[in-house]
Amino acid sequence: MGVMDMKLAPPDQAEAPLLSVRDLGKMYGERIGCADVSFDLYPGEVLGIVGESGSGKSTLLSCLAGHLQPDQGQVVFQTATGPRDTVTMAEAERRRMARTDWAFVHQNPRDGLRMGVSAGGNVGERLMAIGARHYGDIRAQAIDWLGRVEIRPDRIDDRPRAFSGGMQQRLQIARNLVTGPKLVFMDEPTGGLDVSVQARLLDLLRGLVREMGLSAIIVTHDLAVVRLLADRLMVMKDGHVVEQGLTDQVLDDPQHAYTQLLVSSVLQV
Amino acid sequence: MIEIRDLSKNFVLHNQGSAMIPVMEHANLHVGAGECVGLIGASGAGKSTLMRMVWGNYLAASGAILVGGLDVARAEPRQIIALRRRTLGYVSQFLRVVPRVPTLQVVAEPLLNLGLPAYQAQARAADLLARLNIPERLWSLSPTTFSGGEQQRVNIARGFAHPYPALLLDEPTASLDAATREVVLHLILEAKARGAAILGIFHDEAARAAVCDRLVDVRAFTPKVAA
Repeated sequence: MGVMDMKLAPPDQAEAPLLSVRDLGKMYGERIGCADVSFDLYPGEVLGIVGESGSGKSTLLSCLAGHLQPDQGQVVFQTATGPRDTVTMAEAERRRMARTDWAFVHQNPRDGLRMGVSAGGNVGERLMAIGARHYGDIRAQAIDWLGRVEIRPDRIDDRPRAFSGGMQQRLQIARNLVTGPKLVFMDEPTGGLDVSVQARLLDLLRGLVREMGLSAIIVTHDLAVVRLLADRLMVMKDGHVVEQGLTDQVLDDPQHAYTQLLVSSVLQV
Repeated sequence: MIEIRDLSKNFVLHNQGSAMIPVMEHANLHVGAGECVGLIGASGAGKSTLMRMVWGNYLAASGAILVGGLDVARAEPRQIIALRRRTLGYVSQFLRVVPRVPTLQVVAEPLLNLGLPAYQAQARAADLLARLNIPERLWSLSPTTFSGGEQQRVNIARGFAHPYPALLLDEPTASLDAATREVVLHLILEAKARGAAILGIFHDEAARAAVCDRLVDVRAFTPKVAA
């Protein structure tokens, strides 16, 4: 087979951003949570947000995902019926979106899983929440998704308590992605995992992003994780975005004093 | 295919008294389709810096870098991402991969990212790994455990997996044995024959003579020290 004969996907077309954020801000009393945040996220893009603890990255993620009400700004999401500002949207509608178009992967799997419900139940519950009723179909889809995140089918009836940390995190990902979301928010998804388990999870996430055409926003303090996972990077300090750009550009040729400090502080291995 | 116009670059070191270090000015360069241009100049003269600016991980201070019609110096991140996916390939001296991902998968990834079916992407990856003398028993292992020379060959296989119209090669024949070096030179000549524009750094003079149509000395782009 000649290389030139290979059939490639059609060229990337000009498309609308999936998420358009403008002047987003959140105050905690006198203290800035995050301020003046603006960016566009396009379909299939992975955006990393880095910064130290207290830099505002988790506040920003919560505002974007609708877990926190921002004081100002817009978060416009491209829904099936056109762009909608999720900040001004009714609570019920935002919740429906969070179950269908969006997903949220917590750092601690306990925050994203029902620990007393079986692995299959954790995945199936999400399908039932969007209207699936046929038991056989739900179980089949749950088994399919457990397989995709490398959990053996004979563990379907086990509770997440019986799983290792890495398996719990993979189960949380399956629970979140089973409904076919367009946008996934992740808060330190590899935090608290052993390095070897992290690697497996990173590879899994990369594959899912590619195969499902997902967009993702990943908050982490781990620069090695964003280098491997994120197309674009945003650096936050004291609630403000101090620098953003292509991930390798921000890491290899940082422009802002804080980013230079952050990059030069990483231990070489 | 690759056109550099009046390009300049500074580094500002904020944590060292905001020292501003000019490293390049008035750089001009053209690489046509089917042509290979070699960058020369002493170590530290700016060969890799220039190459990274074309790749887009170093920012330009001023000037233009046109690759397939896109000005990398001014493009949006997502335009550069699309450029790297389809048009511009890069064989760097470092292999950066997710640990524990098998070598075959690492090499096939650029093709999977373009939407090629897995069996086709893997067939192409296997073909390249075999040509580059990576034993088949290693394909299922992560290249992070390989020797420097083996990693270099995996990097080359990955860089040549998709027939990019433009290619950047940073020391592609360094740390290779004579037989593999010949294979790499062949890959470069094949890429030229199909019309790829190649910008390369080759310390190996024989390799340079074998593949380069022209040489550009980057010392011509070194900023003149102010009197």
